[in-house]
Amino acid sequence: MSTGARAVRAAMAVAGCGLIAGCTALRSGIVHHAGPVAEQTWHLYLIVGGVLVFVAGPVLLLVPAFAWHYRLSNTRAAYRPNWDFAWWIEGLIWIPPAAIVIGLGVVLWHYTHRLDPYRPLASGQPALRIQAIGFDWKWLFVYPDQRVAAVNQLAVPVGRPVHVDLTSGTVMQSLMMPRLAGQIYAMAGMRTELNFAVTTPGLYAGENTQFNGTGFQDQKFTVVALGAADYRRWLARVRAAARPLDAAALNALFARSTPRAPIFYSAASPATFVRVMARTQAPAK
Amino acid sequence: MIEPVLPVLLGRFAWHDLPFVRAWEDPSVSEIIGAGAGALVIVGAIGLAVLLTVLGRWRWLWREWLTSVDHKKIGIMYVVIAFVMLSRALIEAVLMRLQQASAVQAPGFVTPEHFAQLFSTHGSIMIFFMAMPFLTGVINYVMPLQIGARDVAFPLLNSVSLCLTGGAAGLMMVSLAIGQFSTGGWTGYPPYTGLAFSPDVGPDYWIWAVTLGSIGSTLTGLNFAVTLYKLRCPGMTLMRMPLFCWTALCTSILMIFAMPPLTVATALLALDRYLGFHFFTNDLGGNMMNYANLFWLFGHPEVYILILPAFGVYSEVVSTFSTKELYGYTSLVIATMAIAVLSFTVWVHHFFTMGQDANLNAAFGIATMTIGVPTGVKIYDWIWTMFRGEVRFTVPMLYSLAFMMTFVLGGFTGIILAVPPLDYVVHNTLFLVAHFHNMLIPGLLYGMLAAYHYWFPKAFGFRLDERWGRRAFGCWVLGFYLAFMPLYVLGAAGMTRRAQAVSDPAFRPLLYVAGVGALILLAALVSLFVQLRVSIRDRAANRVAAGDPWDGRSLEWSIAAPPPEYNFAVLPHVASRDPFYDAKRDGRAYREAARYEAIEVPRNSAAGPALGIGGTVLAFGLVWHIWWLALSAGAIVVATVILRSFARDTTRIVPAADVAAIDRAWLAQVRATTPVPRQAETIPLNGGLALMVSHGR
Repeated sequence: MSTGARAVRAAMAVAGCGLIAGCTALRSGIVHHAGPVAEQTWHLYLIVGGVLVFVAGPVLLLVPAFAWHYRLSNTRAAYRPNWDFAWWIEGLIWIPPAAIVIGLGVVLWHYTHRLDPYRPLASGQPALRIQAIGFDWKWLFVYPDQRVAAVNQLAVPVGRPVHVDLTSGTVMQSLMMPRLAGQIYAMAGMRTELNFAVTTPGLYAGENTQFNGTGFQDQKFTVVALGAADYRRWLARVRAAARPLDAAALNALFARSTPRAPIFYSAASPATFVRVMARTQAPAK
Repeated sequence: MIEPVLPVLLGRFAWHDLPFVRAWEDPSVSEIIGAGAGALVIVGAIGLAVLLTVLGRWRWLWREWLTSVDHKKIGIMYVVIAFVMLSRALIEAVLMRLQQASAVQAPGFVTPEHFAQLFSTHGSIMIFFMAMPFLTGVINYVMPLQIGARDVAFPLLNSVSLCLTGGAAGLMMVSLAIGQFSTGGWTGYPPYTGLAFSPDVGPDYWIWAVTLGSIGSTLTGLNFAVTLYKLRCPGMTLMRMPLFCWTALCTSILMIFAMPPLTVATALLALDRYLGFHFFTNDLGGNMMNYANLFWLFGHPEVYILILPAFGVYSEVVSTFSTKELYGYTSLVIATMAIAVLSFTVWVHHFFTMGQDANLNAAFGIATMTIGVPTGVKIYDWIWTMFRGEVRFTVPMLYSLAFMMTFVLGGFTGIILAVPPLDYVVHNTLFLVAHFHNMLIPGLLYGMLAAYHYWFPKAFGFRLDERWGRRAFGCWVLGFYLAFMPLYVLGAAGMTRRAQAVSDPAFRPLLYVAGVGALILLAALVSLFVQLRVSIRDRAANRVAAGDPWDGRSLEWSIAAPPPEYNFAVLPHVASRDPFYDAKRDGRAYREAARYEAIEVPRNSAAGPALGIGGTVLAFGLVWHIWWLALSAGAIVVATVILRSFARDTTRIVPAADVAAIDRAWLAQVRATTPVPRQAETIPLNGGLALMVSHGR
């Protein structure tokens, strides 16, 4: 076997092992959804993907089929060097794809409205309000109604909708929890919104997806979805932390660093969010 | 070490800005790689100068190449720039892939700061200094030949564009040896790239390199459009132009309308950084969302600037190597124009997640999906061109087949990204990275490589080695799949782009596969260089001086290889599409002209290099705040333009006798050449003359 063929075989072997082993990675994302927003998003993936198989499929079949059948050495294949048009082929090339785009367009319109991050989730329970502030390189989550806050940990009660207001204390950032919902940018001086819920207790990864400096890859947080009783216990533990989110603590958050472990603030004010928005609008000193 | 050394003379340059000083202070692997790259630039530049001196080739380089305004030479120089920058950016990609593979719950070997510069230079170079020069070079070389013209409408402007692009590429290389590059990606979003968060020279390097390049491209667009409108030979109506010229025309229109938003966006960012303006700052009324809109108003048409010429190449290649007329010419023209127009209506899909309301996102999502229709039409038209043809699996055709099958997968994921709620989950992840590489590598790169193999014999008079061409092709395809298919999975799993390290160990196997893929892509590039060396070595055997190695259909194949300076001894008159194909079959090809006339050709000019060097030095002075240097260079730029405007003696005459002699010598060569059937087109027997085979079927 030539070196080239041996190399190709080796590469394929590596690829095969890697790809099979790599499928476990999908557990961390939308395929393994854990909330209604992510679940509906996954269903949309399946619908759109299913339709697109019929768009890509004919190409993947016809290209090798025609190329091989009409190869130069196949003297039995028909040869019409000057044939260059047929109305039925034109119809087939323009109309079904246009129809698919129209059909998908209707689906797109409907789902874009249904899965709008700003749209509150329908539920019997009132939404848990969270204010998320992106810093370099950490996320602060303020609970305005509970008057507590945490850095890099977001505890939520299972089954209850969560409404997040977002801003940034620094540059453009983007908050995403791959198994729970889509992302939304967080920008200084502006307020964006995200709505989601978690259906199963557990730990879920969260991150910033918009590059913001040398600590970007470390800007991760954990969503902790707890049953009602556990959630109340979590709140009590945070309130007992005896560390208020005062001016000094807030100032410290503006430093460019990532804490090694989540930080909990026993007292936090809903005015912090507005204050950060105003502060980022003031000229830098 | 971090204080400016000599502010009046050297602006804000400090010793610490030299990568060698940084590596001396901190000899980590990351710094040594940086210093090595800087050293390569310096050694390379000195080495090139020494080589030119030893070989005594300075005058030749200046006279034959740098001051030439001949579209063929300018085209070749553009492609050379593209290959040099491709080499650098591909090595950067390999470094990034290896870093990610080694940095799963570990630091890896490249620091976050260095990694951020790597992804910023990789993207900026691949788009502005590899893809744009490659396609500009190919269009430059081929388009005037295909429309039966002697040159582009504004040959001097062509040289200016080339020199601005070359200078900007040079600035990118200088940033390796002095200072550092931006860490804000190829898109350079403020406020991260604003003064408050990135006061260093990096974003300034990016701004001025991109500005020089964008001015060059805008001028090129104007040049090509006027050429296509005004210089087509008699009888060549727009609907008789080769498809490649239609895509060149639409590309030019896109260049004219889409480059200015980029120039404006970077200019406004420069005003923020240099004069304390507040277009995109957080405070005093700035709004970063305006930058995103302006940038992508450029950015989306830009990707169609990149892909349309490739589509044009595929039209030529698939038709020629299917030995058949292109299917659906009119549909292809309509589809190309539809793509060009629609490309201006979709830019918001690059930031669906920025908080626009559902109506806005949905409207742009539907517009984005709509572009899929004309694109699909083109792919099906190429498929139906093969139908009832005689398909020959030469290297350009192999690239075309790989393109058709791989690009459609990228289109699949593109429609997924066009649906806003689906985009919300994969935006800024490796899924997005996989998607756009899935469009650019099989789309743009394979197209340019196909063009390179297809038209190289025309430009240089001998074919490229077929065997190494196939090896390179195999590596490009295998390497692409291994490097990028895992990224779709990783993106769907939530891994972000631009990540120097990875915290989820489940990502490791896929990153290893992607790393292997990157190494295979590097092998593909090396194969191309080996191919070039082998081809030059074997050029005598693979000569195709008669000029038509592939039984071509359009006018560029009707002249010698390499063509004379003025392209056509007598300007052709055409009466159909595929005029050379028809002429060969009617027995009208290879005829001596009834009358040869003298031809006026433009003289060389130093204005291009002067503006290129002046512009680059001006940019360098602006980057480092060396105001005396910037002002002097600016003055040279202005002076060059004024001086050139007074030049009177800008053309020379090639006497009719010379034209006749050159043409007759070529026709004698043709008569002495054995015509070959298509089965023999890739062996040395092929001297560039096609055997007319009658088909009794």
